[in-house]
Amino acid sequence: MKYVDEFRNAELIKRTAEEIRRLADPDRRYRIMEICGGHTHAIFRFGLHQLLPKNIDLVHGPGCPVCVLPSARVDEGLEIARGNDLIFTAFGDMMRVPGSHGSPLEAKARGAEVRMVYSPLDALKLAQDNPDRRVMFFAIGFETTTPSTALTILRARERGVSNFLVHCNHIMVPPPIRAILDMPDMTLDAFIGPGHVSTVIGCEPYRFIAEAYGKPVVVSGFEPTDLMQSIAMILRQFRDGRCEVENQYARALPWDGNPAARRAMETVFEPRESFEWRGLGFIPGSGYRIREEFAAFDAEAVCEAPGVTTLPSDPRARCGDVLKGALKPSECELFGTECTPETPVGALMVSSEGACAAQFKYAHVTISA
Amino acid sequence: MCLAIPGQIRELLPDDEMAVVDVMGVRRKISMQMLVDEPATEGDWVLIHVGFAMSKISDEDAREQLRVLEAMGDDADAQAEARGYAFGHAEDESGGPAS
Repeated sequence: MKYVDEFRNAELIKRTAEEIRRLADPDRRYRIMEICGGHTHAIFRFGLHQLLPKNIDLVHGPGCPVCVLPSARVDEGLEIARGNDLIFTAFGDMMRVPGSHGSPLEAKARGAEVRMVYSPLDALKLAQDNPDRRVMFFAIGFETTTPSTALTILRARERGVSNFLVHCNHIMVPPPIRAILDMPDMTLDAFIGPGHVSTVIGCEPYRFIAEAYGKPVVVSGFEPTDLMQSIAMILRQFRDGRCEVENQYARALPWDGNPAARRAMETVFEPRESFEWRGLGFIPGSGYRIREEFAAFDAEAVCEAPGVTTLPSDPRARCGDVLKGALKPSECELFGTECTPETPVGALMVSSEGACAAQFKYAHVTISA
Repeated sequence: MCLAIPGQIRELLPDDEMAVVDVMGVRRKISMQMLVDEPATEGDWVLIHVGFAMSKISDEDAREQLRVLEAMGDDADAQAEARGYAFGHAEDESGGPAS
């Protein structure tokens, strides 16, 4: 209990682990997907899966934005920047995401003008400070991050900044969950919902999971106590024969999320017909694009993307099966051999929020309850 | 990627919809535009993501969130992110038009 003991609620975690053991029906299995990469990271970091009875499996979901970004988008973003003499900016996590011809960091090593930013507002500032250059922000992230990009574009318009562009790769949480639920070999029983995404979109968008697919959802905070309590709440739903969306994170998460953030998002962005996810393929209505009204800030509308060629990814990498929960990271033949956090072949190895990197990094974390 | 960093509001800059926050001893400007529906005041704690306050949280949750960041080994990243926010300086220098 080394890490768990560091928390004020260590006693509560142990009590909840006991409650989970009492609630779990020994005659069945529970396969629970934590959607959010932050939850995946926390589960491995604190070894929470080791506190659970053997018949509860945690399946690591698609909620890591850098992990699900396909090579084609990385290739296009870098090619647009190169072909149009733009300064390419992106968050630090994005820098090592492999495209077919390397990551943004490798493009930088080959001489491309690539800069890391911590906020889309930093990219806007770079544009304001360099009026003779054009600056492109390579935007990634779920609904947690999308409003920030929207508000930055609105700010750029208000201030008449004409050398700022966005390459929009923002994606949504509910569509891939629907896609996973529709897969013929789907065996999931319940979901732990993402806390931070939900501070924007609220809890309503998950209702279809409970009502149309009959799977309980508990939106969870990020502390070890939160995750353990969320698992207990899911098991109580099974015990009581209920199937609903519950909010474990109510102390920080209003049921309705953040309407102001959604207004900004909806003003600037609209759903794409389809968007590609690494490992999951094209999913309808799962990505955002910039509305025509803001086309002056849309790198895809303003710039040509000459000669983008995307190579097929390594067929031995089983990222898709891991994302679907059909395969554990360590069951992939590349795991820990050719594919490591230092030399990622698949994107799940890039970020500590990716299932493979989290398992690789924390495989040594063992605890006893 | 989805780092949420607790910061305490030191000064509100309403003309620019920004605020000066203290993040683990680092003072930086952040955007308050997402909290227009639930205005914050000086001394309040907020969760910050990529330079924007996302939600208000209690003092107790802020302290716990700081402990989580530390235990996860993310505290250095969180501090580096807050320190890295560069946009505040442009506002200082240009005194740009209020929005």
